[in-house]
Amino acid sequence: MTLTNKELAKSANELRNHIVDMIYTANSGHPGSSLSNADLVTVLYYDEMNIDPSNPKWKERDRFLLSKGHACPTLYAVLAMRGYFEMDHLSKLRKIDGILQGHPDMKKTPGVDYTTGSLGNGLSIGVGMALAARLDKKAFRTYVMLGCGEMQEGIVWEAMMSAAKYNTDNLCAIIDYNQLQLDGNNDQVMPVKSLKGKILSFNWHVISCDGHDMSDIRRSFAEARNMKGRPTAIIANTIKGKGVSYMENKVGWHGVVPNEEEYEQAKRELEASNE
Amino acid sequence: MNRYTIGENIPTRMAYGAALAELGKENENLVVLEADIGKSTQSIVFGDKFPERYFNVGIAEQNEMCIAAGLASCGKIPFVSTYAVFASMRACEQVRTFIAYPNANVKICPSHGGLTPGNDGPTHQATEDLGIMRTIPNMTVCMPADATMTYKAVKAAAEFDGPLYLRLTRDAVPVIYDDQFEFEFGQGILLRTGTEAAIIANGDLVTQAIKASEALEERGISVAVIDMHTIKPLDKELVIEHCMDKRFVVTVEDHQINGGLGSAVAEVLVENCPVPMKRIGLQDTFAESGSYTELLKKYNMDARAIEDAVIRGLENK
Repeated sequence: MTLTNKELAKSANELRNHIVDMIYTANSGHPGSSLSNADLVTVLYYDEMNIDPSNPKWKERDRFLLSKGHACPTLYAVLAMRGYFEMDHLSKLRKIDGILQGHPDMKKTPGVDYTTGSLGNGLSIGVGMALAARLDKKAFRTYVMLGCGEMQEGIVWEAMMSAAKYNTDNLCAIIDYNQLQLDGNNDQVMPVKSLKGKILSFNWHVISCDGHDMSDIRRSFAEARNMKGRPTAIIANTIKGKGVSYMENKVGWHGVVPNEEEYEQAKRELEASNE
Repeated sequence: MNRYTIGENIPTRMAYGAALAELGKENENLVVLEADIGKSTQSIVFGDKFPERYFNVGIAEQNEMCIAAGLASCGKIPFVSTYAVFASMRACEQVRTFIAYPNANVKICPSHGGLTPGNDGPTHQATEDLGIMRTIPNMTVCMPADATMTYKAVKAAAEFDGPLYLRLTRDAVPVIYDDQFEFEFGQGILLRTGTEAAIIANGDLVTQAIKASEALEERGISVAVIDMHTIKPLDKELVIEHCMDKRFVVTVEDHQINGGLGSAVAEVLVENCPVPMKRIGLQDTFAESGSYTELLKKYNMDARAIEDAVIRGLENK
């Protein structure tokens, strides 16, 4: 079943609604970062990845690593929407005895392919998965979502080098390039420019796309899938807080929870944009 | 016919390489990661035989740990080779958060434990690693005494489910075991019974403990000697059984006295059957370059220092 771009956008809107609800209910979490990669994650789970929600440990499944683990409301919501677990867990984000930890935990949440949260490490784990697929002659692909601030971690570049050495064309990194991080914009905190040039020089295939345009995102994943002999990085230009006007491109909404009034406004805006 | 001859001097990393190469034949899921020191750690012995399952990731130990974690999540059994300082400190968070926390089936088997890289100096002498690893939940922590035990431990590691830290030596240590003994993680070995004091040692210093016990016997002092190769989980029953009736206990480890074997034994004793004790090891100080033997002597970690500690401990009673 292939969804149209419009249907994907509808799912992404539903995802954003869950994100806002979850963070508001938990009174804790990272709204800006979660909304930023919502369209990318929607396309992965509704279009791109070969998965079976009724069998989360299926050996042939494509893997997804949310290396920027603080954006996990996005991942949890899409997993619930795809049926990996009951929707009512979403209201227990970050709560004691719950299955949805503050950062993704593969041992607690069905569908989480690896534990993440400490930044920089997901791409290396993804390289390991990609190498395992090759050893076992399996066709599954591994997708790793990184934040742009995360590119400041040295281990990311260790992973870049090793993926290129082993020609892991079954590995796709997605960089959620909203140019903001907790303390400010990337350029103020620690410039990551020119990201494309840097990654190209590590011998990866690099694609730039609009991280909120369903058609462009799908085209990019297709190009990555067809790329042979080297791993692909998709630099997805995104807007932090996308979908909620007062959060968009605002550094202050990295890890801040909306108050009641702000919450109601966010819900109204998301409803309006769904029509 | 024993694989190694008792009394022969062999670095335990040699037995690691030999055992890996054997395991590679037996288990197709076994993979080895290396960080550019394969000729030193001996992982190259596996790499030469199974190049497609040998990943030399260069000088990048954090990446090495996470790649191992990813491989393990897909059913592989990764053995990770590097030096102990890098495995436990450079890549500490990767080991803790991405191997131990998800209980990944990764075997970290670093060489250059304790003062065994002697002349390399403190930058390459891992003297805090066992203590660091011991505080991490889900982690099993072991240092075999000789080549025979190392060979058995590496074979056992492949069958063991969960994260494991298995520390090896750069320099040669004498073979003390024959092939007949049974090795199991978490089960200490009583090498000698005694009545007055107990010496609990592990790793390369088991040899020194045995020497000390022989010298003490000549003086008419009867001491028990335990090889406590696994400091976590610690064989508490064995500690209690052989310490509760003694007047003095000495722990011996090629490590800081804080956090490792001495601390683990002290914790068990104070909670169960307090016995006066002395911890032999580095006394909260960094060592220096020098030969392994010279360092053991200077930092009071050789047989003579153990012997003195037992005598003084018994006299004070």
